[in-house]
Amino acid sequence: MTLAPKREDYDVVVIGAGPAGLAAAATAAEAGLSTLLLDENMGPGGQVFRAISSTPVTDRNQLGADYWVGADLVQVLRASSAEVIHRATVWSLDRNLEIAASIGGASAFVKANRVIIASGALERPFPIAGWTLPGVMTAGAAQTMLKSSALVPNGRTVIAGQGPLLWLLAAQILRLGGRIDRILDTTERGNYLAALPHAFAFLTSPYFAKGLAMMREVKAKVQVVSGVTELSASGDGQLASVSYVAGRRRETVPADLLLLHQGVVPNVNLAMAAGVEHRWDDLQLCWSPVLDANGNSSVAGIAIAGDGAGIGGANAAVVRGRIAARAAVEALAPASAAKLVPMAQLRTDLAKAERGRVFLDTLFRPARQFRIPSGDTVVCRCEEVTAKDILDAVAIGATGPNQLKAYRRTGMGPCQGRLCGLTVTELMAQARGKTPQEIGYYRLRAPVKPITLAELAAVPKTEADVKAVVRG
Amino acid sequence: MFRRSEHDQRPPVQIFVDGVAVAARQGDTVSAALLASDVDARRSTAVSGAPRLPYCMMGVCFDCLVTIDGVGNRQGCLVPVADGMQVEIQKGKREIGK
Amino acid sequence: MTKNVDAIVVGGGIHGCSTALHLCLAGMKPMLIEKDYAGRHASGVNAGGVRQLARHIPEIPLSIRSMGIWEKVAELVDDDCSFESHGQVLVAENEEELAVCRARVAELNGLGFTHEELIDAAELRRLVPAVAETCPGGVVSRRDGAANPAQTTTAFRRKAERLGATVREGVAANNIRYRDGRWHVEVGSDTFAAPVLVNAAGAWAGKIAADLGEPVPVETVAPMLMITSRVPHFIDPVVILRGRKLSFKQFVNGTVLIGGGHLATPYQDRNETVLDWKSLATSAQTVFELFPVMRSATIVRAWAGIEAKMKDDIPVFGPSSRHQGLYHQFGFSLHGFQLGPGAGAVMAELIVNGGTQTRVSDLGIDRFHPSTLQNKRTS
Repeated sequence: MTLAPKREDYDVVVIGAGPAGLAAAATAAEAGLSTLLLDENMGPGGQVFRAISSTPVTDRNQLGADYWVGADLVQVLRASSAEVIHRATVWSLDRNLEIAASIGGASAFVKANRVIIASGALERPFPIAGWTLPGVMTAGAAQTMLKSSALVPNGRTVIAGQGPLLWLLAAQILRLGGRIDRILDTTERGNYLAALPHAFAFLTSPYFAKGLAMMREVKAKVQVVSGVTELSASGDGQLASVSYVAGRRRETVPADLLLLHQGVVPNVNLAMAAGVEHRWDDLQLCWSPVLDANGNSSVAGIAIAGDGAGIGGANAAVVRGRIAARAAVEALAPASAAKLVPMAQLRTDLAKAERGRVFLDTLFRPARQFRIPSGDTVVCRCEEVTAKDILDAVAIGATGPNQLKAYRRTGMGPCQGRLCGLTVTELMAQARGKTPQEIGYYRLRAPVKPITLAELAAVPKTEADVKAVVRG
Repeated sequence: MFRRSEHDQRPPVQIFVDGVAVAARQGDTVSAALLASDVDARRSTAVSGAPRLPYCMMGVCFDCLVTIDGVGNRQGCLVPVADGMQVEIQKGKREIGK
Repeated sequence: MTKNVDAIVVGGGIHGCSTALHLCLAGMKPMLIEKDYAGRHASGVNAGGVRQLARHIPEIPLSIRSMGIWEKVAELVDDDCSFESHGQVLVAENEEELAVCRARVAELNGLGFTHEELIDAAELRRLVPAVAETCPGGVVSRRDGAANPAQTTTAFRRKAERLGATVREGVAANNIRYRDGRWHVEVGSDTFAAPVLVNAAGAWAGKIAADLGEPVPVETVAPMLMITSRVPHFIDPVVILRGRKLSFKQFVNGTVLIGGGHLATPYQDRNETVLDWKSLATSAQTVFELFPVMRSATIVRAWAGIEAKMKDDIPVFGPSSRHQGLYHQFGFSLHGFQLGPGAGAVMAELIVNGGTQTRVSDLGIDRFHPSTLQNKRTS
């Protein structure tokens, strides 16, 4: 099923079909705007509702009620007039709101009056020794396979890290009969105290009861080691064991699979490549776009909704999607806005959805040693650059991530810094005694996902093709 | 490393990995099918030749790169399997022009 | 308080850094001012071609002078700059283009330049086995090659600093004025003064010249480049085309750089460019036709660096025609990288000795403004 966009111009183009994108596209279409939703995955749902229309896990209790909320969002979208294209990889967006997407091996170009980026989050890099070994994956990776293909860990499995998703995954694996040998909790002890002042909001949030129940469910079946302060993976060409320190005890356990997770961070590549201004968020320890209350970015016409706007979770993402879409409707077809949920109501919904977030961010703020590696630990997986390589480059004059490229090619591989960018910023900031904001981030470039030369060559060209020869 | 749930009722799909038939299910991505199978799906990197398997399964890490039906460097975690699909595990720099 | 230095160089590109370095070698203590960081723009993000091939005749002497420095660049800056010399090849795609090549080489030979050499189809195939079989020949410049532009610019900056230059990055040079025999420049909250000012500000140099009463026909451009993922080694020399816009180069790490001068839209005030994918598609199409082996390579990144292009495509190089102690070094029009090392050396000679053995008289700003200075320059 490969289809190109039906039009060349749209009122609204939404990028990403997770909670924010589904809600935004449905809202814009409901108001009568011509709406295109481009999504990279095989079906709707993004990460949190992955495979919502196709999952083989049909027992509703196994994935949980929060997951099935996604089915309603998809139903609303499908009932709307929004045009939806899956397996469409947006590889370029610029400040003229020109979008290039690779669909079935061919590139299509569309122009939008408004773009809503809903490209969501990705898991924070977890650069420990051995994290490039086959057999080491993210917890999200395991969850993706569980949701979309009902696959569960089979061999000796260790889960390490912290955060709500880790416990949810563990519960889901256990419910499907999968194996977990040990959970290594890296939550810093001091975080509990730091989070305390924010506990009241959390206690009254929907996360609290659910989170507690899930942890109880998992702890009843799996050995959980808390207070883990060191972690590494080793093996010869394949994961063989996981070593850790908890308290003053060092232990090594044999393992076939290590699942890592220390929270999620905004997936900034497309927005940054479009020129959207981002700032370092000191609480969430990541780059977040600078946005107004409606999600509008520093680039006119581009709004960002969902976790790409700063981590807020699925419920907040849905509301942010509706707010961004409503704002687009107010700008493009003000008369139609009356049909939609009033903005004041949406703001109330958002405040409710965001309740407890500060508590979670504070409690699950990842420890320094798991964010800023040292020695021979690989930082840039694509170009295989270690922490020591980067510090050596800093010592001879590399001042920021972009200058570092000239020395070590960090961030220049196919992932374009997605798996090393935050680490590089924090590592250089620490080495140079600067803030991450001062150090900055990679300048990101299209194509934000690689395309083949053949695909680019096949793009329709213009009169300007043949000009006088100018040499580079 | 992973096994299928017995409740999975999806229809079977057969793909070929370096010429060897591998059973998958409709709706699997290429990477999921590889990880659910017994084949050694480790690619080796273009930089040092180090072995890798998929890391993120959500399209961001590029450690799942495979050659699919003759086209190299595809993200296996984003491509659904199809009957008769030919998958090659990449070793080192992806050859071009063959 | 005003701080006195021997010379002020505005612009931390390859030219500014090279000039600062060579001034240090001549015993001066220059000050280098860069509004962003050294190599932030065209000097750090260009194709890295080290090319004497296919140059405008007026700049050939400077290019040859520079080539000599490139070949010993590690001795100069303690860094190999990833310079490699596998030649550069200009490909003629048909007989008409080959005839133009033949005439060009004959013209150069008549002027005493021998670096360009006409080659037939067999030699072209030997140098570039992957090229399409229909190409009848071309021109080679065998000493040419390529370097890593960001590494090079950084290396020149660092060596200049080690030799005593003061480098200020992240602050613009403001309020440039001549008073009491010295050039005064505000840099943040400081003011620096020197008898010599070098305008090497790239895309921003035209404005500096205009503000000092020497406007020149210059525009800001942003030539686009793209690079592939690593592919097995298949080509050594840099390849450019006679008839179409293309430059093509494979690095040691396997990545292939595709350029040739298609332009992005520059937003100079924001340090930003917007790429033109339809033009890049044209480059991709050209590679597709010329190097069939490249068809399944993946493009991982595209970008454009902001720089100055003169209406006549010839740089502005040498003393001002209006002001004592002012020197211009800009407008390299998409081909300034290779010239950087030599231009710095020659500029230092002009400043310190008042003249040079390298013929640069065709590059002066006096081609736009007849000199009004009493003691005309001596080169």
